[in-house]
Amino acid sequence: MVRIIPVGLRALLVEVTEPAHTAALAADLHRWRDRGELAGVWDVVPGELTVLLDGLDDPPALAGRLAGWRPSSSRPPDGPLVEVPVRYDGADLAEVARHWRVTEEEVRRIHSAPEYRVAFCGFAPGFGYLTGLPERYHLPRRAVPRTRVPAGSVALAGGYAGIYPRDSPGGWQLLGCTDLVLFDPDRDPVALLTPGTRVRFRDVDVEDGSDGGRGRGGRGGADGRGGGGRGGADGRGGIAGVDEDAGGRPGARARHDAGRGESPA
Amino acid sequence: MTAGRFVEVLRPGALSTVQDLGRPGHAHLGVPRSGALDLPAHLLANRLVGNPPDAATIETTGTGVSVRVGRAGTVAVTGAWAPVTVDGRPAGWSAPVPVPAGARVEVTAARRGLRSYLAFDGGIAAPPVLGSRSTDLLSGLGPAPLRAGDRLPLGEAAGPPAPVDVAPTGILAEELTLRVLLGPRTDWFTDDAVRLLGASRYHVSTHSNRIGVRLEGPALPRRIRRELPSEGLVLGAVQVPAAGSPVIFLADHPTMGGYPVIGVLHPDDLPQVAQAAPGGPVRFRVVRARPVRRVAGRPLAADSAPVPAT
Repeated sequence: MVRIIPVGLRALLVEVTEPAHTAALAADLHRWRDRGELAGVWDVVPGELTVLLDGLDDPPALAGRLAGWRPSSSRPPDGPLVEVPVRYDGADLAEVARHWRVTEEEVRRIHSAPEYRVAFCGFAPGFGYLTGLPERYHLPRRAVPRTRVPAGSVALAGGYAGIYPRDSPGGWQLLGCTDLVLFDPDRDPVALLTPGTRVRFRDVDVEDGSDGGRGRGGRGGADGRGGGGRGGADGRGGIAGVDEDAGGRPGARARHDAGRGESPA
Repeated sequence: MTAGRFVEVLRPGALSTVQDLGRPGHAHLGVPRSGALDLPAHLLANRLVGNPPDAATIETTGTGVSVRVGRAGTVAVTGAWAPVTVDGRPAGWSAPVPVPAGARVEVTAARRGLRSYLAFDGGIAAPPVLGSRSTDLLSGLGPAPLRAGDRLPLGEAAGPPAPVDVAPTGILAEELTLRVLLGPRTDWFTDDAVRLLGASRYHVSTHSNRIGVRLEGPALPRRIRRELPSEGLVLGAVQVPAAGSPVIFLADHPTMGGYPVIGVLHPDDLPQVAQAAPGGPVRFRVVRARPVRRVAGRPLAADSAPVPAT
C-alpha cells in the first residue's frame, strides 16, 4: 500500500509502510523513468519511508498510476557492491564497546559482519545512510556533537551506519576511518554510495579480510535493513545561524552551520 | 586565460557568488540543486547581454559588488534595484551597458530587494561542477564566494546584446504575499496552525541565506509530535522546525529534511522570496491543493483553489 501526497505543483511524495519497500519503489520508478514514462521528472529521491518525485509534468496522472503500486518482490534488486576498508581506530570505539557490552575487538567484528545497503543519501554529497546493522546494536548519537569529524570517518548512530564524505561537524559515534573517496565531482561515478548500493566494511588489520570476523555478527546482518532507529534529530532541516550580511567568510560559515541541518552533524 | 577575458573582483560585497541554472538531478546523492535564486532576474541579465539562459552571472547580496572588466563588452545588472556605475559614471540598470576594456563596474547597495545579478557577455566561465558553475553554500560545490582580487574567466560572447534601452521589470512589493500550497505534511499540524499561517505577519530573520529564509512570527503548533522520518525536500518547501517558526527553503536547501513541511510556495512567488531583505514583512495566502486522485488527468495547478484565511 502506498499513500500519494502532492508536494507543490510538480512533485509527489510517495509514502510506503515499510522501509524495505522504499528501495523496491525507487527501483520501479527508475525503470519507468528509463522507459520515458515519468515526463519532466528531474529527481527521484528515496527517503526513509518515502520516495520524492520532483519536476513531474503531470503529477495527477502519475498519482493515478501509483495508487495500486505493490512491491513486486519481497527483496529489492541488488545494487552494486562496494567494499570499504576500515582502520578501526575511531575515537568512540571504546564507548561503543561499553554500550554493546563487548570488547573493542568484537565491535570491529560486529560492524564488519553485515552486508549493508544504502537506504538513502543526504546531509552532504555522497553521504549514504546504511541499513543492515541488527537492531540490538542500534546506538544513540553522541550527547555533544563534534565540531569537526574528519573525512572518511566510519560512524554509527540510530539504526544507521555511515561514512563522512568530507570534514564536517558531526554527532555520530566514530568507529574508524577509510581512505576511500566517497564523493568526487570529477570522477565517474561521482558518488560511491548511491541508494541501493550494497556495502561491506573490511577490517584492514585482519589478514586477508575475506572472512575476518564475519562469524559472529553475521547472524543478524542478512536481512539487510535496520528500520526503526533514527540517525539523530537535533537541528534537522534547520539552517542554523547563517548570516550572509556578517561579512568575513560567509561561505565557510554557511557550510559549517548548515551542516547541522541533517542528522550526522 | 586569454588576455583580457576575465573580470577581476575589486569589492566582493557581503556575499557575491557565481550562479547559473544550478545542478538539479543529483538530489538522490545528497547534492543540492543550487542556482540563481531570482531566476527571472538571472535570465533577463543574460538576455540583455546576448547570453544563453545557462550562462553564469554574479549574484550579489545586499551590498552589491565591484569588478574590473578585462576586455570591452556588454554588462547588465538586474534583480534588486541598485544604482550602477561604470568608471564612476551612472549607468543603466536592467539595461545592456557597453563597457570599455579595463572598466570598473560598480553595483552599489540595493535600494529595493536584496540580490542583484551582474551579467557579462560571454558569461563567467568558471569550471563547471556536475554541469553547473553555481556556488552551493550548503555543500561547498562550485566556485568559492568571491573575494577581492579573484579573477574570473569570461566565455566567448554568444550573440549580440538585446536591442533595448531598458527592460521593464515588475516592482518589488514592500510586504510580500506568498501563495503556499498545503502539503505534504499539513496533517501533522493543528487546524489552528493552518489558520495562523494564513493570518499572520512574519518577518524575514537575519539568519537567512541561500539555503533558506527563516521567518520570525507566530509558531505553528504540531498535532503529531513524533519524529518525521527523513524525506526529500523541494525548492520552496515551508518547513517547520522544532521551535515552530517556518523556514522557506531556497536553492541551496538540504536534499533531506526531518521536520514536517506544512506547504510549498507557488514557484512563481520564489523570485520575491529571493529579494526579501532581513526584517521585511511576509504574509502567506494559503492554497489548498485537492487530493490528487480526485483530479487525475488534470493539471494540479488548475484545481488549486485559494482558501480564504479566516
